[in-house]
Amino acid sequence: MTGTTADKTTGATAGEATDRWRGVAAEDKEHIPETVSLLLRTRSRRLLGDLLRPHRKAIGVLTAVIVVSNAAGLALPYLVKTGIDSGIPPMTHGRGAGTLLTIVAAIVAAALTQAVTRQAFLQLSGRIGQDILLELRRRVFNHFQRLSLSFHEKYTSGRVIARLTSDVEAIAELLDSGFDGLVTAVLTLFGTAAMLLVLDVHLGLVALLPLPVLLLFTRWFRRQSSAAYRRTRETVALVIVHFVESMTGIRAVQAFRREPRNQEIFEKLNADYRDANTRGSRLVAIFMPGIKLIGNVTVAIVLLYGGWLAVRGTVTVGVLAAFLLYLRQFYEPMQEISQFYNALQSAGAALEKLSGVLEEQPDVAEPRRPATLARPRGALRFDAVEFAYAGGPPVLPRLDLEIPSGQTVAVVGTTGAGKTTLAKLISRFYDPVTGRVLLDGLDLRDLDETTLRRHVVMVTQENFLFTGTIADNIRFGRPEASMAAVAEAAEAIGAHEFVATLPDGYQTQVGKRGGRMSAGQRQLVAFARAFLADPAVLILDEATSSLDVPSERLVQRALRTILADRTAIIIAHRLSTVEIAERVLVMEGGRVVEDGPPEHLITRSGRFARLHQAWLDSLA
Amino acid sequence: MASDPDQDPYGDPDRRPGARRLSWRSLWRLRSYLRPYVRVLIVSWVAAFLGIAAGTVIPLVGKEIIDGPVRHGDLGALLPLGLLALGLGIAEAVLTFVRRWSQIGAVLGLETALRDDLYGQLQRLPMSFHGEWQSGQLLSRATTDLSTIRRFLGFGVLFLVMNVIQLTAVIIVLLRMYWPLGLLVTASAVPIVAISLRFEKRYIGISRQVQDQQGDLATLVEESAVGIRTIKAFGRRRHLYETFDDTARKIHGTSLAKVRLASRFFTFLEVVPNVTLAMVLLLGALAVAHGSLTIGTLVAFTTLVLQLVWPVASLGYILAMGQEAMTSADRVIEVLDTVPEITGGTRVIEEPRGHLRFEGVEFRFPGGDRPVLRDVWLDVAPGETVAIVGATGSGKTTLTALVPRLCDVTAGRVTIDGHDVRDLSLPALRSVVATAFEEPTLFSMSVRENLTLGHRHATDDDIREALEIAQATFAYDLPWGLDTRIGEQGMSLSGGQRQRLALARAVLGKPRILVLDDTLSALDVETEALVEEALRRVLADATGLVVAHRASTVLLADRVALLRDGTITHIGRHPDLLSGVPEYRALLAQDADLDPEQAVR
Ligand SMILES: Nc1ncnc2c1ncn2[C@@H]1O[C@H](COP(=O)(O)OP(=O)(O)OP(=O)(O)O)[C@@H](O)[C@H]1O
Ligand SMILES: Nc1ncnc2c1ncn2[C@@H]1O[C@H](COP(=O)(O)OP(=O)(O)OP(=O)(O)O)[C@@H](O)[C@H]1O
Ligand SMILES: [Mg+2]
Repeated sequence: MTGTTADKTTGATAGEATDRWRGVAAEDKEHIPETVSLLLRTRSRRLLGDLLRPHRKAIGVLTAVIVVSNAAGLALPYLVKTGIDSGIPPMTHGRGAGTLLTIVAAIVAAALTQAVTRQAFLQLSGRIGQDILLELRRRVFNHFQRLSLSFHEKYTSGRVIARLTSDVEAIAELLDSGFDGLVTAVLTLFGTAAMLLVLDVHLGLVALLPLPVLLLFTRWFRRQSSAAYRRTRETVALVIVHFVESMTGIRAVQAFRREPRNQEIFEKLNADYRDANTRGSRLVAIFMPGIKLIGNVTVAIVLLYGGWLAVRGTVTVGVLAAFLLYLRQFYEPMQEISQFYNALQSAGAALEKLSGVLEEQPDVAEPRRPATLARPRGALRFDAVEFAYAGGPPVLPRLDLEIPSGQTVAVVGTTGAGKTTLAKLISRFYDPVTGRVLLDGLDLRDLDETTLRRHVVMVTQENFLFTGTIADNIRFGRPEASMAAVAEAAEAIGAHEFVATLPDGYQTQVGKRGGRMSAGQRQLVAFARAFLADPAVLILDEATSSLDVPSERLVQRALRTILADRTAIIIAHRLSTVEIAERVLVMEGGRVVEDGPPEHLITRSGRFARLHQAWLDSLA
Repeated sequence: MASDPDQDPYGDPDRRPGARRLSWRSLWRLRSYLRPYVRVLIVSWVAAFLGIAAGTVIPLVGKEIIDGPVRHGDLGALLPLGLLALGLGIAEAVLTFVRRWSQIGAVLGLETALRDDLYGQLQRLPMSFHGEWQSGQLLSRATTDLSTIRRFLGFGVLFLVMNVIQLTAVIIVLLRMYWPLGLLVTASAVPIVAISLRFEKRYIGISRQVQDQQGDLATLVEESAVGIRTIKAFGRRRHLYETFDDTARKIHGTSLAKVRLASRFFTFLEVVPNVTLAMVLLLGALAVAHGSLTIGTLVAFTTLVLQLVWPVASLGYILAMGQEAMTSADRVIEVLDTVPEITGGTRVIEEPRGHLRFEGVEFRFPGGDRPVLRDVWLDVAPGETVAIVGATGSGKTTLTALVPRLCDVTAGRVTIDGHDVRDLSLPALRSVVATAFEEPTLFSMSVRENLTLGHRHATDDDIREALEIAQATFAYDLPWGLDTRIGEQGMSLSGGQRQRLALARAVLGKPRILVLDDTLSALDVETEALVEEALRRVLADATGLVVAHRASTVLLADRVALLRDGTITHIGRHPDLLSGVPEYRALLAQDADLDPEQAVR
């Protein structure tokens, strides 16, 4: 939604000497112009309201509890004053300690009340905080998963991780401690002010004189620090992204001696983060002593003025003592507040980012009224499809294509011709810019996600494996599949053999991102995974490129039987794969330049014939 | 690694039982990071002490005012005392400012330096380490843990010491003012200390648990972000969400337990001083009635006791912070203390010829029961190219990883020009060898930076040459040419485009030894032919190790080594092996055996 702010000039300025390595890209989502910051604040406020709403009742209870707790807390100095003023004189006059004992009992009672309510408050607010956190985590995670691939390609995994870890933790910290401090401080503020006025209007007014200064000062701090903390969040996100990328690509980093340069870059990013942090901390370093100054000056004034009043006999010593105690109570939590202001600010900044993510709409949206597709036949049609990646040149200029159900189609062509793009459109990773892609006559946009994914499965070039066992990974598309079904799928595509040689068989851990498997083994597992999912339309994007020839043959043999009753799109560079296809599409610059049965194309003197000849030569 | 990695789905070595030695030791070891800031820190601490002194004296001035001018109606003495209070108040504020301002540089400096070091250490640690640790776990150490440490060393330690000093100072003052009451206040500290100690132990356990679970969550998030294509392809969003939800709920539960524990403790910390206050008032009033205490002293007394509430209450908070910082320091030190299994030697080959030898090489993965490679003998003469052919999973990639020491042999040795690779300095070794990996890794940087990586001094001509060899000149046509950002955060490229850039990266700078691990798999036949043509020229000079699944790639090599069951069973020329070794034919020649008619049916 901030897509409108995309402009190529952000890229151009990134070319400064120090940041040159980063290179130029079309847009930078993390960059927030000042004008939209207002929008951001209302947006995060809305999210906050949304999160708090289900807890309305609990928050009501919480308010009651905290009011009682603070009232008890506020009563303490007052009771002390009463004790001094009216408990002691009777005793000095030998009239027993009755009054004093009552007051002391009241103090103990107040202290206990405060303790009980405070504990209740801490537990309740802790529970609400954790509930909100859980809800926030769930929402953000779910939303990330719902957003389309085009979003993820721009947003990148590093930032997703940053949002769900460091930003959520910033909010957790606020809920953990800041909330408590904030509420207590605000209540103490009002309560104390009221008590001071009740005790003695004159002295009270004098004591409250610095209040406007205090408020102005706090406002100044709030303004300054919210900018500072936003900067902190932004810089830390860059640190995280760079960190994650270099750890993920550590093999290339080490093999190509990238370490020193990486270290340089990291230290620069880290220093930026430090500078942002320094700015925030300096603000606090001004704010906290400032509050203290105001508090201490007030105490001095109260001492002078109160002392003068006491000499004149207008106020009692007890009142003076109570004033000193109240002022303490007043300014101490103010100190805390500013400490928790850290938490508040960084949480606010984090909330802004999170609410931004939550407002992103998936480009590939779920239909409002999904069409039903009970038993798909798997007929595909491209109807005047044009496609370009966001902001890029057209990748598919205009495509009309009809694939009858059950057909096995091979797609070949030079690299970058748009084969993968074609496949991604069929599996609706993206929607066409114009035109429609139809499955059994239904626009893919009218099918809900579950139905579509059930019937159209794509084996991507990446072969991503998840942490877990081989069996878990094969079962990924159909979690209810039995162990026997898993083994059967593996057997069918020729993966069983290598799995069987592993000491733990299907229970072998594949390691992080499948790191304990060889490239070919990963491909076999990914293949078995797609096979087990049993879709009506199967798309294979270079699914056998890393296999040795015998394994590839096995896969092909399997394919021949599997594909008999389903539609298949096979993207391959090795024309050996083409032999099982009934039809070949040759793509070039996003267009289908040749289309027909392979034996037909081979006899003409077109691209395919040449490709085929080149392939035969390569086998020499 | 003592753990059985198979039992631990997250591969987090941190879960090893006994790995947790919680103590102040780890935290204490970080002190060296503060060394550059000793002077500033001294200033900051002195300011802190003076500030507290001023803060403690202010109520005493109040006492003087009540006992002096107020009681005797002496207005003349009121003004100087009041001004004294004002002066002290201003001094306290200024000192607080000095303390805070001066320590910023120190604590942030510590955090930054520690993070730099952690990053540096992680870059040094070998592949075997990174294979076991999820980057989510590493990330939470580099961010969350470091800021926990920073916060504690920033305020925590100072406040801990200050609070203790303040407590002691106030108690001494109290004792001197009127010792029976002072004693009472002191006695009230006993239950606080006792409970604090018990609290500490339980809190450690629970906060560690939360941190671990957060690490797990980070791992999950990472996988869900990186594997998004696969998740979408299978429409498994809900399934992933459930797994995520499980972990999130676990964190929820543990955090609640933590909240409960802390709330009880914090409340206790507040109630004790308040009850003490009541006792002070009671006994103080009795003393005043007996004339053994002035009323001004009693006021000062109560003010001071109330002043103790915050330090005592925050003591609990700070202790909790300390626990977390200790845990965090442990987790960080654990990484910093991991000795890189692969460290460079000292030798540098001045004029490398590129004579590569594998001598009786054996390799097994940590915890593996069988060696992946055993008794591998291979001699690649300078300028010669050898193809490695073997079935899927036979150990080809592993073999190539031994040359630039991404892994180390477990027996035997690999030599270059007669030097064991382990004797060479790592930068020297890795500038002799360049590898194009089977999976191209591109970083979110400009094309130029992605190509040059460690080769800082590569010229534009070098880059052009490399791009031409890899048939990757499309890079010039990207929107900003070589300055276009690619990788995850930049332009998306097609599979073949990525692979060609990775190849260009490897041939850039004309390495003496070039390792190509199945690098042409994602190229179409025509492009492949062009790349092979160009590679042939490069390999004419360089020593080459080429992993191949296809006959066309094998033809780049002078000789072929057949890898089977972890060892090289045959070495020879392609035609000879093809005719003489049935296994070899089975692996490579099926294509050639095909009748072209049958190939297209
Ligand atoms: N996510 C994306 N965003 C922008 N451009 C993209 C994206 N993915 C691919 N492209 C560009 O679209 C063009 C077609 O890419 P595609 O991946 O469809 O090619 P391909 O034919 O599958 O190539 P290969 O055989 O190398 O995999 C390429 O020029 C590529 O750079
Ligand atoms: N980190 C690891 N831990 C344990 N075993 C591993 C690890 N990495 C690889 N293996 C195992 O070692 C064997 C050799 O792997 P390697 O990647 O070297 O195979 P390869 O010959 O390159 O295969 P491919 O042709 O599929 O790329 C495989 O059986 C694999 O399962
Ligand atoms: Mg391999």
